[in-house]
Amino acid sequence: MSTTVVRNKPSAFGSFLRAVGAIAWKDLAAELRSRELLSAMLVFALLVILIFNFALELDVKTRATITSGVLWVTFAFAGTLGLNRSMAVEKDRGCLDGLLLAPVDRSAIYFGKVISNLAFMLIVEAIVLPVYSILYNTNLFSLGLVGVILLGSIGYVAVGTLLSSMAVQTRTRDVMLPILLFPVVVPVLVAAVKASSGFLQSIPISEILPWLNLLVVYDIIFIAVAFMTFDYVVEE
Amino acid sequence: MIEVRKLLKRFGPKTVLRALDFHVEPGEFVVLLGPNGAGKTTFLRILASLSRPSLGQVSIAGHALPEQAAEVRRALGVVSHLPLLYGDLTAEENLQFYGRMYDLQNLDSRVTEVLQLVGLENRRRDLVRTFSRGMQQRLAIGRAVLHDPEVMLFDEPYTGLDQDASAMLDEVLRNVAARGRTVVMTSHDLARAEELGSRFDVLSRGVIAASCSQKELGASNLLSFYKQALAA
Repeated sequence: MSTTVVRNKPSAFGSFLRAVGAIAWKDLAAELRSRELLSAMLVFALLVILIFNFALELDVKTRATITSGVLWVTFAFAGTLGLNRSMAVEKDRGCLDGLLLAPVDRSAIYFGKVISNLAFMLIVEAIVLPVYSILYNTNLFSLGLVGVILLGSIGYVAVGTLLSSMAVQTRTRDVMLPILLFPVVVPVLVAAVKASSGFLQSIPISEILPWLNLLVVYDIIFIAVAFMTFDYVVEE
Repeated sequence: MIEVRKLLKRFGPKTVLRALDFHVEPGEFVVLLGPNGAGKTTFLRILASLSRPSLGQVSIAGHALPEQAAEVRRALGVVSHLPLLYGDLTAEENLQFYGRMYDLQNLDSRVTEVLQLVGLENRRRDLVRTFSRGMQQRLAIGRAVLHDPEVMLFDEPYTGLDQDASAMLDEVLRNVAARGRTVVMTSHDLARAEELGSRFDVLSRGVIAASCSQKELGASNLLSFYKQALAA
């Protein structure tokens, strides 16, 4: 321990951003090596759309109306798996304590986890969409749909990361997260399904706009709520 | 360096710490003894700002908890019986990650130095999940000293360690003490505590039941002091 330890110049926002980046980098680096979380989410998501494909004998018109529902059910269930695993990794080896001991605002932990969880969810969605498109013979390539998926995923992950950090403290954490998450995330899922469906059926944007507004407002509100409450959620 | 006044901690109806007073001078090596369930870990978690006291005042390195928690955390290094390390990252990546969390500069040279200190330089690129318990604990110590903290908290650091790893931990603890760092360690190993500590406090029934320095202990051994403290 001979060299002098030098810290960056005190800058609350700079330290905050560096901590957010460090947490996201750590999660992505660990996942790229183990692929535990992504492979579980991906296999689960592909199985769900495959089961729906066999279960529903659909004509072209009906297919267009149920696509957004099937997609969002798939994303929501696969996302729950990822959120649970992402926080369990922190808890199991005491790493959550390691993060909480760092001299940064604790909301940096939340935002770091949100970024990595969102990245995992978007990777799964990017793989599921073309597979769905082939299996159901449906064209899903629409910029509007991509926007909705992004907004919906942000809302889902924003709430899910906060609630998974609560659920992970309980003994029944695997079942606790869906029980806590799904009632709270209903507005996101409803708005995302309606907006996705609107883009897929080429409904005028004026009719889709209220659902997009709801998604944006939900995202902002829950990110703000998480920012204010995360410290209390993770503290004993 | 550490000042605790009238600390009370309740978990629901159960009171674990009852108006506990505790004071540590800079450079002291305090070993906190006590039976299982006495509240040692709870007490250290409060000092580490991981748990909020129900009542009472805590200040470390001149900073009060919980108001100045970030400053307190910057002054603290914590080692528990869990390694607080990521198995899917290498030893080097773990230290770099924690270095970024502590906002350290010259991280590469500091990481190399710490890996040398804990004797893991030749395993720096190996995944932590391939490490033995002893090696993980050595790296956990490296993580705790990475930012060169003024105060170190060790919660049962010898749990699950073999002879070699325990000897290595002894060396690191002596090194930390020799550099004038303040140390609070909980332990059930009285022989090791007697060898390392400059003061011994016994936590029993939620308060510090007895305290004595290495000098005051004199010729009598720590075991008899400990038994008397518990019997009182």
